[in-house]
Amino acid sequence: MKKMIVVLIGILPVAGWGQLPTGAEILQKVDENTIAGNRSATTTMIVHGRRNDRTMTARSWVEGADKSFSEYLAPAREKGTKMLKLGDQLWMYSPQSDRIIRIAGHMLRQSMMGSDFSYEDMLEDKSLLDTYSAEVLGSESFLERDCWVLKLTANVEDAAYHSRKIWVDKERMLALREDRYARSGKLLKTAEILEVFQEGQRWYPRRMVFKDALSKGKGTELIIESIEFDAEIPRHIFSKAALRK
Amino acid sequence: MMKFLINGLLRDRQRSLFPILIVAIGVWITVFMQAYIEGILGDIVDSTARFATGHVKVMSRAYAENEDQKPNDLALLGVDQIAADLQQQYPGMTWVKRIQFGGLLDIPDETGETRSQGPVVGMGVDLLSPGSSEIDILNIEKAVVTGRMPQNPGEMLISDNLARKMGVQLGEAATLLSSTMYGSMTMYNFTVVGTIRFGILGMDRGAVIADIADVQQALDMVDASGEILGYLENRVYDAERAAVVVDRFNAGYLGVEDEFAPVMGRLDELSRLSEYLAMAENFSGILVLVFVLVMSIVLWNVGLLGGLRRYGEVGIRLAIGEHKGHVYRSMIYESVFIGLVGSLIGTGLGLGSAYWLQVQGLDISSLMKNVNMMYPAVIRAEITGETYYIGFFPGLFSTVLGTALSGIGIYRRQTAQLFKELEA
Repeated sequence: MKKMIVVLIGILPVAGWGQLPTGAEILQKVDENTIAGNRSATTTMIVHGRRNDRTMTARSWVEGADKSFSEYLAPAREKGTKMLKLGDQLWMYSPQSDRIIRIAGHMLRQSMMGSDFSYEDMLEDKSLLDTYSAEVLGSESFLERDCWVLKLTANVEDAAYHSRKIWVDKERMLALREDRYARSGKLLKTAEILEVFQEGQRWYPRRMVFKDALSKGKGTELIIESIEFDAEIPRHIFSKAALRK
Repeated sequence: MMKFLINGLLRDRQRSLFPILIVAIGVWITVFMQAYIEGILGDIVDSTARFATGHVKVMSRAYAENEDQKPNDLALLGVDQIAADLQQQYPGMTWVKRIQFGGLLDIPDETGETRSQGPVVGMGVDLLSPGSSEIDILNIEKAVVTGRMPQNPGEMLISDNLARKMGVQLGEAATLLSSTMYGSMTMYNFTVVGTIRFGILGMDRGAVIADIADVQQALDMVDASGEILGYLENRVYDAERAAVVVDRFNAGYLGVEDEFAPVMGRLDELSRLSEYLAMAENFSGILVLVFVLVMSIVLWNVGLLGGLRRYGEVGIRLAIGEHKGHVYRSMIYESVFIGLVGSLIGTGLGLGSAYWLQVQGLDISSLMKNVNMMYPAVIRAEITGETYYIGFFPGLFSTVLGTALSGIGIYRRQTAQLFKELEA
């Protein structure tokens, strides 16, 4: 009997290890979920400012993680403003000034259109696996979903956030919640996915709330009104010439 | 007795002229320095008022809490009405709206691409309204180095240093990249029509001035501004008068909980100049003390020398029965007379020279490398009520103290030795 107990004690942890995924494995599945090929989407961004709420509508075309083109459709002041991302470079066109300006350096950390997103957030390479090393901290429940809790630490110099803590839905492999930290450990941004939808095998966020932890605003809501995966995107869209059209 | 003493002083020039001269010179310097310092202080207060705080300033409460950052997202709304109400309530005061902002100035090449780009700070002030007082308040026109003042919407002045660094020519376009009041990025085109010297190092490195209507348009701040500055009548700061205005204004919003409700502050509170001004006030006292000490020592020495000269006179007076205390007191009375006369002469001279400096001023533009907005090139003194009497403190105290110290020797005279001294 005693021998049986010893054997069981020896076997059980090994059996348990076999079921627990590694941080890298979880991140890979998250990346597979969120990084699509081509897609075009119409989004609504609601900025809950300290003074009032502002709603902006935009149409965007994305190819992988390197190319994206966005055009703001409303409100009137923002209408016609366009942004082009090619790799790690970002350009912005303003119809009021009829100028194309490259957003670089410290400007990247500025708020995008007054939201809790920064231009740097937009430029960010979505592949978490390439940017971070991950450690599984355990499990927690978030919005009644059973989640893996991971601690991510940047393993590249130019990562926008030195570390993150993410809650990944175990079933859908979608990061439902994120806390993003600076090198000092100071909390910079938080993100929560409040609604999701399924497209084929993929789960995608429908509504998310992003909050700049350093500001007194109430956060920015991003709602995907419509999205088309594997969309046909004209080649000319991802060019500076397209900004002025 | 005073008449007797005065006659004695007038007849014996040697024991009055030199002390009177010393006192007059010392008082002259004291009076002039006091007026000069008042003038310098006045310039500092004036510059702070013109550039930063006005004599009073209205902001939203949220803006006021973070004022150093000039947070335009917390700017005051409905400023046209607020300014109109203030003008009606205080018609003798001047009220101006201002917006302070930061951003990038982008200079395009012929294809519209960026040729050069640099960070700037900026001021949106009323440059184009007929009768606007901002040009005079900020001394803008005199500080223009090249080009001209903005005369049309869409024109701006940039710092001369920045223009040279970025290679900007007059008439060229410049795009301001900044944040609107709601946090969006904004790009707004201006035409550079002139360059200016601000006189503040940070601003001369990279600053711009444009009409407030343009800035409001650029930053989506219609009927909004970060600040409304108020200037008292004659543009002379009076802390008590300002306090009345501030208290009355703030009382009107006492029960309002809104963090964007307006609040008014006054110059010395907003600029933290109150400690500095108090220190400067103390400086006048220190100046007086220094002169009292210095002149006392000199007059003590004069008194000792005089005592030697009047050794015989004092001896006779003691010998014929005058009390030592009486002799001592008579010398003190003499010193009071000398102090009064010297102080009167010195105050007269000091007032005269201070008045000249106040009215004419001393133009040091040839000594200054550049005339600029911040500091006018003319140094002026300022005669205040204190100037009229401050000289009498060192003038009287120093003579009395010097005589008191030197006259102590009278008490050491031995009556028994007096006749021997007389025989000698």
